[in-house]
Amino acid sequence: MSEGRLVIIATLCVAMLLTMLPMPDWAQPFRPQWVTLVLLYWVIALPHRVGVGSGFVVGIVLDVLTGTLLGQNALGLSVVTFIAIQLHRRIRVFPFWQQSLGILMLLVIEHLLALWVTGATRGVAPGLNYWAVPLIGALLWPWIFVTLRKVRRQFRIS
Amino acid sequence: MRGTLTIKPIFAQGPSQTTRLVVAVTLSLALLVIDHRFHHLQQLRSTLAFLTYPLQYLADLPYTASRWLSEITSNRDDLLETNRELHQENLRLKVELQKYESLQAENLRLRDLVDSSFKVGDRVLVAELSSVDLDPYKQQVIIKKGAASGVFEGQPVLDARAVMGQVAHVTPLNATVVLITDTSHALPVQVLRNGLRTIAIGTGRIDQLTLPYLPTNSDIVEGDLLVTSGLGGKFPPGYPVATVTRINRSPDAPFSSVFAEPRAHLDRTREVLLVWTIPNQISVSPPVDKEAPADAEAPASPPATQPDPANSSDQIPGTSDPNTVRDT
Repeated sequence: MSEGRLVIIATLCVAMLLTMLPMPDWAQPFRPQWVTLVLLYWVIALPHRVGVGSGFVVGIVLDVLTGTLLGQNALGLSVVTFIAIQLHRRIRVFPFWQQSLGILMLLVIEHLLALWVTGATRGVAPGLNYWAVPLIGALLWPWIFVTLRKVRRQFRIS
Repeated sequence: MRGTLTIKPIFAQGPSQTTRLVVAVTLSLALLVIDHRFHHLQQLRSTLAFLTYPLQYLADLPYTASRWLSEITSNRDDLLETNRELHQENLRLKVELQKYESLQAENLRLRDLVDSSFKVGDRVLVAELSSVDLDPYKQQVIIKKGAASGVFEGQPVLDARAVMGQVAHVTPLNATVVLITDTSHALPVQVLRNGLRTIAIGTGRIDQLTLPYLPTNSDIVEGDLLVTSGLGGKFPPGYPVATVTRINRSPDAPFSSVFAEPRAHLDRTREVLLVWTIPNQISVSPPVDKEAPADAEAPASPPATQPDPANSSDQIPGTSDPNTVRDT
């Protein structure tokens, strides 16, 4: 049990590293929502272990790491994990392209919530680039899904 | 435990997912409001940031390693060349400093004459920037110096050219700096040319500040240098901030829209200066006022101070006031 938890935490840490890794200036606005993607995989695969509470905690840590207001990512991630838990049985049996569409919807919801929070607190309007981020995330989904499934089977996490 | 694992629970146990969602969303909103409005969560944030410091260190590692590698493999000739250049620059700066030192001494004497208190010195510390990327829609950076080096919240941060921002959160080993171009940052400035005071607010773009509170008829032109006015109490006065780049005056608007470009290279600097202001002890005028009635020689004391400036400037570090000595 605890082994599996360590693996899940490790994958989330890798996702956070990818979120913070220095990138050239032009690429920064296009950084995919790594943490959301990894968290969504675990929610869909193990809904009885990773849920709204995990989303909230991961969100708070992400807020601290990226220097956003405390609660901004926590809000988005808890809502998205909740929806994913409701839909996990359906998403599991979808083919990849349909899964990606479902994930796209979830990523957009998370991004929209983050936009609302920034809009309500600071009033910076990001450009259209902002909406490319969920799209990139959805395109990455099949690879993330396959990689994490391999990790899950390797360590026999259930 | 292993035995029970084979049967996965079909229904979630404990409080229902909806309840959990409601709790999580309420908590997030509460945290957002508290963090945005009241800034009461610094302690929580610092603790969490300290716990996640290894992650930040790891994310920064590739950059640090590549820099270290390029340093140890650098050519001897290149090093000698840089050394020579730096030596020359150092000489040039020292010559300029001589001039400023005498000017500063003169300025202190003059201020002493008019009994105005003045901050004497600033202590600075060089800190390196971490290469870690933060939220791209917020203008902030992480520096690799923290509370262990004496960094405190609200501390001014400069680069070699101008003001960069101020420290927002501190952990023992690093600190987050909000740049002056962040939309949440406002900086009291004045125009160097005529002393016109106003406030410079960040626009969220790395190369632009806005001065929204200047009336249409205010005396400001393109190219004016803005320096810190020191009125906010956080920044020492007199440091350059930005150059005015664009002024739109429309006759029907009460305020003109003025934009300025920060002088600091906010997106290119790798090292920043942290500043501690050291107040001096010149302002001892209240004790003098207390003793003056007892002496009943009030009119005599102003002429007595007149030949004083040279001496008093020498006595700045001392706490004894030359006036009281002479009167007794």
